Amino acid sequence: MGLLDKEFSDGNIVIAKVDDLMNWARLSSIWQLGFGLACCAIEMMATSASHYDFDRFGVIPRNTPRQADAIIISGTVTLKMATRIKRLYEQMPDPKYIISMGSCANCGGPYWEHGYHVLKGIDRVIPVDVYVPGCPPRPEALLEGLLKLQEKIRNESLRKKTA
Amino acid sequence: MKKTEEIFELLKTEFCEVILGLDKETPTEPIISVDSMQVHNVGAFLRDNDELNFDSLMVLSGVDDANGIKVKDEDGIDMISGGTLSVYYHLHSTSWKHKITLKISTPRQNPKVESVYNVWRTSDWHEREAFDMFGIIFLNHPDLRRILMPYDWEAGYPLRKDYKNPEFYKGMKVPY
Repeated sequence: MGLLDKEFSDGNIVIAKVDDLMNWARLSSIWQLGFGLACCAIEMMATSASHYDFDRFGVIPRNTPRQADAIIISGTVTLKMATRIKRLYEQMPDPKYIISMGSCANCGGPYWEHGYHVLKGIDRVIPVDVYVPGCPPRPEALLEGLLKLQEKIRNESLRKKTA
Repeated sequence: MKKTEEIFELLKTEFCEVILGLDKETPTEPIISVDSMQVHNVGAFLRDNDELNFDSLMVLSGVDDANGIKVKDEDGIDMISGGTLSVYYHLHSTSWKHKITLKISTPRQNPKVESVYNVWRTSDWHEREAFDMFGIIFLNHPDLRRILMPYDWEAGYPLRKDYKNPEFYKGMKVPY
């Protein structure tokens, strides 16, 4: 996309489509809800820490759903928790994005058969944008998931929300 | 430090018919069976006696013995009728360094046990878990409600051998 290549010679004026500008702003500051569930949350925290540095993509954990753009479902979702996650999701302002991290959040993972307490996939409760496979996924995998989400946001239109 | 046999003899002289027996044929430690309505008194004695001093309840666990008769209910679903549920108490003395295991059995149809909350506070959440998973009622427990499953879970007790998971919980499909 690129915004700066449309720069005029004096450097003070940039021409861009509103879509591109909004998308650029959104994808560059995906503030995630500070929310972890299980072992995937440890990997998510490692991704946030200095070595993998989520912050370089503009991802900052927020303490309230009302200030968050994205929620990373990082771990096993029990039926008890699923009702709470739904509530959190509904409290987030639009536009909101969901990354489902790890096998448990994707499809129930190892609990798929005998987990009487586990929701077999968070997409049964809230709409998922990006699924990150792994058990748990390495930080690189989560970063790739985030890049996929950014790609998705980059192609959004104001008239029609796709992600 | 005392052996289980010595502890059993001590209990037998103190409580007579409340102590139901000693099972030494277990692969782990010997198990002393106790009357389910007197287990709190036995526990208090075990804790307060200077020669025993069982000050720590390491774990309290519920067990479905599944020793009833397998029957089918009107919908053709397998059920277990009769038999018992059990509770095991693993005790440890931090001063004498000895351990014993207590056991109670209670009828599956109406499982009731005296709570040992007033003897070992540890048992609070352990008993709640045994209630949550097996439906064992602990009499005189101060706050006996589910601890892991949702408070409004109506499908029964998940660790019973004849438990059937529901199709839906609050509109969410439960099976894979």
